[in-house]
Amino acid sequence: MDIRARDTDRELLLEFSGEMDHHGARNALKEVEIAIDAALPRSLILDFAGVTFMDSSGIALILRSQQRMQLMEGSVVLRNVPEQARRVLDAAGIGRLVSIQ
Amino acid sequence: MKIKTENEVTLQFPSQSSNEGFIRSAVACFAAQMDPTLNELEDIKTAVSEAATNAIVHAYPDRIGKVTVKVRICTEQVLEITVRDYGRGIPDVEKARQPMFTTGGEERSGMGFTIMESFMDSLKVRSVAGRGTTVVMKKKIAPRIKR
Repeated sequence: MDIRARDTDRELLLEFSGEMDHHGARNALKEVEIAIDAALPRSLILDFAGVTFMDSSGIALILRSQQRMQLMEGSVVLRNVPEQARRVLDAAGIGRLVSIQ
Repeated sequence: MKIKTENEVTLQFPSQSSNEGFIRSAVACFAAQMDPTLNELEDIKTAVSEAATNAIVHAYPDRIGKVTVKVRICTEQVLEITVRDYGRGIPDVEKARQPMFTTGGEERSGMGFTIMESFMDSLKVRSVAGRGTTVVMKKKIAPRIKR
């Protein structure tokens, strides 16, 4: 799992690629927290265009990111969610907690 | 009608997280002979990933143990997947199956069983403290009309 971060005007864009399972998301969670703490963004955009597989580990990553952003009264947006990941998010009802574009 | 096995495979691996990708892909590869749709194949892959991850994270929290995955292709286009570990067991299965419940810390979401339930047709969980946990999932693969 790779993450590319782009930070412009208090908007942090994180682009994920690879398989977001327990093995892949382990380090990703720490990297995301570090990126948020460094950028202190108003809005966080998680882009999943390059994600080839996601299970509930991805849900944990999204929920943790959202909790961290809530502490700063910021928002989280999910972008380019592939079909397989979308069904995982729908099964967990994530769309009610985070906005999906 | 009694359900008969038409084909089967058993895989055993140590509970290292690096095996998660292999095991879900291997099960999907085996299930491909049932001619599932891409969505069905991805659902199977996701459910297996959840069950295998549970065994890796919860059955053996401080050691590496064995995990066995048995895949059976049965009559009537039924796929049965059994994920078995020999670890510490789940003290309260009913509680563990509830959405958002986890003992796995912040890297887990507590949605594993919920996803297995929604992506497969049936899910059974048996667990004995100190002896291990067995998860049996079934899914009927709709036969596609031959062109």
